[in-house]
Amino acid sequence: MSGLQVAVLSGGLSLEREVSLRSGARVANALEARGHRVERIDLDDRLVATLIDGDFDVVFLTLHGKSGEDGAVQGLLQLLGIPYTGPDATASALAWDKNVFKGLVARQGLPTPEWVALPSSAIRDMGAARALDRVSEHLGLPLMVKPSQGGGSMGVRRVDAAGELGPALVAAYSYHEVVLVERFVKGTEIAISILDGEPLPAVEIVPRDGAYDFAARYTPGATDFYAPARLDAQVLDRAMRMALAAYEAVGCRHVTRADLLVDADGVPWLLELDTCPGMTETSLLPTAAGAAGLSFTELCERVVQRALQDA
Amino acid sequence: MSEIQLDPHLSRYATRARGMNASEIRALFAVASRPEIAFLAGGMPFTQALDFEAVQAVTQEVVRDHGPEALQYCGGQGLASLRERLVEVMAAEHTAAHPEELVVTTGGQQGIDLVAKLFCDPGDVILAEGPSYVGALGAFAAYEADVRHVPMDAEGLVPGALEDRLRALANEGRTPKFLYTIPNHQNPAGVSLSGPRRQELVDIARRHDLLLVEDNPYGLLDFKGEVRPSLRSLAPERVLYIGTLSKIFSPGVRCGWVAAPTAIRDKLILLKEAADLCQSNLTQFVAERWFSTQPWLDQVKAYREVYRERCDALLHEASISFPEGCTWNAPTGGFFVWAQTPEGVDTKELLAKALGARVAYVPGKAFYADGSGTREMRLSFCYATPERIREGIRRLAEVIQEELELVNAVYGTAVGDEERR
Repeated sequence: MSGLQVAVLSGGLSLEREVSLRSGARVANALEARGHRVERIDLDDRLVATLIDGDFDVVFLTLHGKSGEDGAVQGLLQLLGIPYTGPDATASALAWDKNVFKGLVARQGLPTPEWVALPSSAIRDMGAARALDRVSEHLGLPLMVKPSQGGGSMGVRRVDAAGELGPALVAAYSYHEVVLVERFVKGTEIAISILDGEPLPAVEIVPRDGAYDFAARYTPGATDFYAPARLDAQVLDRAMRMALAAYEAVGCRHVTRADLLVDADGVPWLLELDTCPGMTETSLLPTAAGAAGLSFTELCERVVQRALQDA
Repeated sequence: MSEIQLDPHLSRYATRARGMNASEIRALFAVASRPEIAFLAGGMPFTQALDFEAVQAVTQEVVRDHGPEALQYCGGQGLASLRERLVEVMAAEHTAAHPEELVVTTGGQQGIDLVAKLFCDPGDVILAEGPSYVGALGAFAAYEADVRHVPMDAEGLVPGALEDRLRALANEGRTPKFLYTIPNHQNPAGVSLSGPRRQELVDIARRHDLLLVEDNPYGLLDFKGEVRPSLRSLAPERVLYIGTLSKIFSPGVRCGWVAAPTAIRDKLILLKEAADLCQSNLTQFVAERWFSTQPWLDQVKAYREVYRERCDALLHEASISFPEGCTWNAPTGGFFVWAQTPEGVDTKELLAKALGARVAYVPGKAFYADGSGTREMRLSFCYATPERIREGIRRLAEVIQEELELVNAVYGTAVGDEERR
């Protein structure tokens, strides 16, 4: 196998910069170990020039957050005609915004927890604060409040009493100007990664401190994982079919991760799709790949080869 | 079994490692270091102001004249000739010491760490100003100390409040191991303890048999060159004095020191040896040569001028741009301005929005062990250029103004603030 010239893109100005750099370093090491020539690129205002001058065979995206996952970089790479890993610009844009994604899958008849989207402009310019009580009456308590865009659980809060909704909204608006208020689904959290249109074993997520927040995500040992998830085979099958349906509805390719909750009745609920899943030591996609017998280097190689085939 | 163990050592960690988790705030600071961000967050000295030809000459001299020794181990107390220079640095602040009283440490930070290690069992009470230096709070937390804050005002730590605190602790049957204090241009509050209060503090310490840990990184960085009496000069028998070359020369040489009474000094040497055997001899030699052969006080003056200009830029822009309801102090030296946001604006929550607007600060909460400081923030003027500082303050002002409008829309007026609590 002759090595390829690969650019691994990570970092940028996203709030998830640190995680992205860690993903990027890991992927770069893996691809170098496979004999590729790898250049690590931090996303900045020289990006396009670097890509044009670099003569890359393929770009591996390990960007998390704004600019990396919202389709901006994907659109540029399409324009430059450079093959890249992961879903295209349109699919990225559809999955990136949770309000858009949930609307899309709900219209396909796929279950996603009921939600209300509240832009900060509605609060500031339309007096929507007067309607906050309706939100909790309508959706019931507890609620999950999350920025419509962004990852890593940043700005996400659980609300157990109506009075907590205002502060949770204010906190979430710091991350994005549209905030979703979602019905809380009590149940088992699972992640289903899809590689080449095939689901990998579902990973069950059991945070030791209860919530799968930033610390639980990125501290090794703070969360227990089970792959495959300890759920009934029929339930798992249903969850996988739902994850695949969402993947197809959005038009994903190569690799994507779906996050779901399975409630006490065994009903899976779609929460979101991550089109540029984390590749760190604690990330869910590498964990799922490992459970399927696929090493991290093999996973990276598979994704690179798929990107080349699709070019 | 499908269980996946990401950390097979989980059951082995000491209990004090329990809180050592990934943190969102730390992750956010990865963005803050990007050049696009107006960086009002860090406490890094402006080392570009150093005379690098002189640094190079000194370093060459060390390798040429002291090579074998400079690249060798040294004793746990630190290089004797450097300790003689450090005593001169203390003398510049009218503080007497003998080289034998000093233990050289890896920055002032290791001094803080070793002192906490020497005195604190889990649960022991340490008193500290509220707010206090985040690095000290981190070191104290690692020894599972129970930090209780003593409030400050424009004249620094409030003696009456300290005495109240000591009485309350006595009623609980508890004796604090020491008071950790930064009397000059305090980090993060940017205030200095007034002259009369220095004496009052020492009197209280004597009355209550309280040990004082005096951390003095910024004493020589008064904009007007004013030198305040150190606590050590007022009560040498009950003060552990921590000094550092980080702010007057370079943090890269990692040279700090503790000046301590003999019995404590001996134990600190043993702790230093147990921690890292000895200080780097190479950087000790470089520092020793710097303070022996260079006009180091001129360098300090040059630093001071840089920081004064930057502080002026920050204060001036804040007075023009910050929304009504914001307050801040006007430092007379050091690195930091301490600001308060209007009611309802939480500086920790605001950080993501500020980074989105490309400005970084440190939320006040980081400087308290008890979770307070939600409406406070530290703005540093040591690192960014005056132009970047002004730009940063303008961006921050807009972010605060926007947040204020949002908060008012969500909660209505003051009634909403009640609900919020």
